[in-house]
Amino acid sequence: MSHAAAAHYTSTGLDSRKIAFWAFIGSECLLFGSLIATYLVYEGKSVSGPTTHQILNIPLTSVSTFDLLMSSLMMVLALAAVQRGDRVWARVWLAATATLGAVFLSFQAFEFTHFVREGLGFTTNLFGSSFFTLTGFHGGHVFVGVVWLTTLLVRSLQGKLGPDKALNVEIAGLYWHFVDVVWIVIFTVVYLIQTTPLPQGVR
Amino acid sequence: MSEPHEAAVQAHRAHATTGTYLTVAAVLTVLTVFEVGAFYIPQFKPILIPSLLTLSAAKFSLVVMFYMHLKFDHKLFRVVFLLPLLFAAGVIISLMFLFRVL
Repeated sequence: MSHAAAAHYTSTGLDSRKIAFWAFIGSECLLFGSLIATYLVYEGKSVSGPTTHQILNIPLTSVSTFDLLMSSLMMVLALAAVQRGDRVWARVWLAATATLGAVFLSFQAFEFTHFVREGLGFTTNLFGSSFFTLTGFHGGHVFVGVVWLTTLLVRSLQGKLGPDKALNVEIAGLYWHFVDVVWIVIFTVVYLIQTTPLPQGVR
Repeated sequence: MSEPHEAAVQAHRAHATTGTYLTVAAVLTVLTVFEVGAFYIPQFKPILIPSLLTLSAAKFSLVVMFYMHLKFDHKLFRVVFLLPLLFAAGVIISLMFLFRVL
């Protein structure tokens, strides 16, 4: 079956699944917009520590940010390979994308564990609550993305992910890139812009 | 069902090349290095926040335009994405004013 025949075209001439997915991404903008706003409102209002300056590890998070950016590159290369019918490279890039996503989750698990050991839990202070909620929601989205990509990889290994199914990969790619752009914002507003005043004696 | 519309054909026609994807990845890497560098260099302190927001917006735009193909796809997708995005930005700014963070 050709790609054109498999698609569900609307009166706009566009595939309904793709329009629906962009609408879903639009709704996700509102979800993460609300979470980021909540974080920014609460970040500097904790009455007890630990706070941003004392606990955030910028070098570690910079590496995980680079990891997620490169996973987006792998994703577009996977889509291009599927579109041209190159099954081998489609599998390579899909596996690479899912692996980089799993690596990002490992970084996040390490960071969360470290924070808890340092005394920052979900209920410790306003910073902890809003930080874990925001980054936890993002991590949950990454986890869903990794499962989705793994499913596509399995379909490819079964020989069921040809050019006629490129739209399925494109939609998964849209989701993955959206997760990436959300992290671009989180990395800046949470990790690099720290508005909490430094504690006395700390430079 | 009728033949696929011209709009759908156009939407799939002009995606970026592998070279473009690699160039975008290189630019994203350089911008990330600048961001982290600006965080550590004390001279950037007075302009740190606007610099970081500008770099972040540039990275966001590059991924959305080239990796999510919004630059090449039908304009309806742009509308469906950008309207909620602007609304979300409005919510963030409004809440920050409401709680006197700005």
